[in-house]
Amino acid sequence: MSILTLFIIIPVLTIIGILFSKSHMQVKWVAVVGMGLQLLSAITLILLYLAERRAGNMAEVLFVQDNVWYETLNIHFFLGVDGVSVAMIGLTALVVFAGIFASWDIVDLPREFFTSLILLASGVFGFFISLDLFTMFLFYELAVIPMYLLIGIWGSGPRHYSAMKLTLMLMGGSAFILLGIIGIYFNSAPGGGQLTFDLIKISKLSIPLNVQLFLFPFLFIGFGVLGALFPFHTWSPDGHASAPTAVSMLHAGVLMKLGGYGCYRVAVFLLPQAAHQLGWIFLILATIGVIYGALGAVWQKDLKYINAYSSVSHCALVLFAILMFNQTAMNGAIMQMISHGIMTALFFALIGMIYGRTHTRFINEMGGLMKVMPFLGVAYVIAGLASLGLPGFSGFVAEMTIFVGSFQNVDTFHRVATIIAASSIVVTAVYVLRVVGTLLLGKIKNEDYETITDAKWYDKISVVALIFGITLIGMAPLWLSDMITGGLGPIMHKLLAASPGLN
Amino acid sequence: MRHELLLIVITVILLIVEIFLPNTQKHKIILPAILLMAGVTILGFFPGTPGVLFGGMYQSTQLSMMLKNILNIGVLIIFIQSADWLKQEQNKEKISEFFLLMLSTLIGMNYMISSGDFLMFYIGLELATIPAAALAAYERMKEKSAEAGVKLIFTSALSSGILLYGLSMIYGTTGTMYFADVAPLITGAPLQVLAFIFFFAGMAFKISLVPFHLWTADVYEGAPVNVASFLSVISKGAAVFIFTIILYTVFFKIAVMWSELLYGITILTITVGNLFAMRQQNLKRFLAFSSIAQAGFILLGIIGQSQVGMTTVIYFALVYIFSNLGAFGVVGIISNRTGKENINDYDGLYRTNPNLSLVMMLALFSLAGIPPLAGFFGKFFLFTAAAKQGYYILVLIALINTIISLYYYLLVIKAMLLNSSDRPIEKFKSDTYTRIGLLMCVAGMVIIGFASSIYEMVFNLSFGLY
Repeated sequence: MSILTLFIIIPVLTIIGILFSKSHMQVKWVAVVGMGLQLLSAITLILLYLAERRAGNMAEVLFVQDNVWYETLNIHFFLGVDGVSVAMIGLTALVVFAGIFASWDIVDLPREFFTSLILLASGVFGFFISLDLFTMFLFYELAVIPMYLLIGIWGSGPRHYSAMKLTLMLMGGSAFILLGIIGIYFNSAPGGGQLTFDLIKISKLSIPLNVQLFLFPFLFIGFGVLGALFPFHTWSPDGHASAPTAVSMLHAGVLMKLGGYGCYRVAVFLLPQAAHQLGWIFLILATIGVIYGALGAVWQKDLKYINAYSSVSHCALVLFAILMFNQTAMNGAIMQMISHGIMTALFFALIGMIYGRTHTRFINEMGGLMKVMPFLGVAYVIAGLASLGLPGFSGFVAEMTIFVGSFQNVDTFHRVATIIAASSIVVTAVYVLRVVGTLLLGKIKNEDYETITDAKWYDKISVVALIFGITLIGMAPLWLSDMITGGLGPIMHKLLAASPGLN
Repeated sequence: MRHELLLIVITVILLIVEIFLPNTQKHKIILPAILLMAGVTILGFFPGTPGVLFGGMYQSTQLSMMLKNILNIGVLIIFIQSADWLKQEQNKEKISEFFLLMLSTLIGMNYMISSGDFLMFYIGLELATIPAAALAAYERMKEKSAEAGVKLIFTSALSSGILLYGLSMIYGTTGTMYFADVAPLITGAPLQVLAFIFFFAGMAFKISLVPFHLWTADVYEGAPVNVASFLSVISKGAAVFIFTIILYTVFFKIAVMWSELLYGITILTITVGNLFAMRQQNLKRFLAFSSIAQAGFILLGIIGQSQVGMTTVIYFALVYIFSNLGAFGVVGIISNRTGKENINDYDGLYRTNPNLSLVMMLALFSLAGIPPLAGFFGKFFLFTAAAKQGYYILVLIALINTIISLYYYLLVIKAMLLNSSDRPIEKFKSDTYTRIGLLMCVAGMVIIGFASSIYEMVFNLSFGLY
């Protein structure tokens, strides 16, 4: 039994604990304890992982556990992690932990809320630790469906519409993924022998090119729907805006990274030749997404919509970097996933706290909030500066790595795409600084605001944890960067073998 | 013959017990009926020896025994879920008739599954059909129920007639009715193809495939809920089982022909079922069209033509039994207590009856194919079986339709959990029987997916063209 099963067991036990809790307060504390344990396990996993690697263990995946599940179909409950998955698990644990505190004020049906939230989290954890395509897909779908309930019941605004649109579009994406996975399964035994869903074994094979070209669009678009690939991102603005705070945090911070991770781990890793041949199409879409998201954010007046479009832009940047197919850019992509995950969680948490106090999300109606809620104001400024890439925070590390890596591709097409994507930094600065200025500085617009309270203790825990995350990565990124680079070995090897022309 | 004999014995026992019950105490037959059925179900699982009777007309194999066990489980759950409805005032006089009729259909289905020639198959089919029509007209004082019964018997008679015509043509071209003897003599001659189409039409009626599905919605709506659940799950399931077996054992030589036919029918069935389900307000009609779509998915497994294909068909039927009976069970108890059957009436149900809403939600998610419920595994495996034969476009169409089906299942969940209402259905306590019945369904939905041994067991007993 490897340590990885803990990441499934702890959420299940937490849910059971919640179902048996007697009061609303007890529900929240059970959730805190459960997800706190999860966070500790994630930190332990990171430390153990680094120790193993330092001790010289060079296996492709560590902490492996392989149980046969459906013998005739060769489905296994196959767990294992490499540097990239460990980093993603750390991100998820941190964001979920912060999300529990950000939801402290839930009044309506808290038991069901926290159960759905933790169910969603367990789906995400399961996806990151699995290495069997069937099991990965099971957890992926498990992570999508609680969103319908979470947004539909506890959301705001056009929540029924947003919830339905989000669920159907994400399930549409997973329908495409299913087709891709089944296609890969039936091509996993080229010389006769047993078909398999085992990701590692399939990565050692070479699947025929025509099959790859057929399956790659399904897989990339399928995961891309969740990863905010233009034009399949349309569920995102309404979905994020209508969702309750913790759900937006989890969704933008973690769930959308499932899409990027899936593109990286399944679509590109298993089908590298097709990735080289068809990647340019998706690169164009990703570049458009980066600019479109940023420009879209400039036009918005509602805080949540601004952040939603910003998330679209940053998640598209992840796909952009993956499609550059070189090690530095890939490293940047993973770093961006983690950095943006924490940042956007921080943003949504703060927006939720601000909304809870001012009861409006329109920036024009607010102003001068720094005077009345200094803690939240400073936190928002930090989040904003991290988002536009100020050195010292994780955003700078990630974006710099991405653009340096992307520029390493010498041909015109890639260089132009890089320049276009890099210009989004300027656009980001525009909307971030404008929001910060309008919201926090200047005169107080509404006299009711003079009496609002600053952050409560549970708000502070949530915010501080996340700021700690982005500062840690921003100040001392090398441990993370090395851990990720270690995990990039197999995929870079495959990409180089598939097309030696690219660096 | 063990399964059939056990069923005949308990039918006779119930008949005798009923005679000795005074008129005011007729409801006392419910508990013995359920216990006897439970006993039969459990005894059915004891290993038996395969054999052949009546000169080959009746053949009992490990596979057919397993299929009969699956049907027994379904009927047991239906018996348990019917208890509340049967105790109602208007049904007091005819409680035992319900059990007797249902057992008669089950006996007919058992013979149908174990048939070794077309005559036994037809006898079983007829024995399965006629009591079902009587059951549909059970609440004969209600106009809709009587209408449902008449519709069912007329359409059944017509389709049985056509099927019999097809069987007669097969006899005409091959000179024999025994499956084993007919199989090598199938050559794809035009008269045989016509015979096959008539046979297919008769079976497609029973399975509610498009375009033979027109009776389904009206009959499900008119019949009592428990009878509708029986028709949607047991009747359909038995027909699917024997249809698959006959296709694989008798008509395998024209497999290319019927797989093309099935390809078109699958797309038609799933799409039409989904499109019509989206528009329904009455939950019984809603579940009727949803059942039509699910039958279309089952065809994906049949078109797989392999051992995996038959395995996924049987496995999905098992999963479908638990999911659909769960959904119908909730609809049934609410309909019995409050008379409300529309989706709008379910607004805000979670606030007053959370457990029932939860069961309904799980059942609908299982039907939609959402993990970790068993429906996910069933659908995934069906897609795998179809893809194994290379039908990727078909799988893509089926996948898109799964999303469409998710939309209309979510509409019901939206009503229960998301919408709020000024006058929601009031809180009521279900009786023990209903609770046990629904609990069994939930247990099935949750456990079957993870218990891979069930799939393995089905796989070992199945066979295919390859």
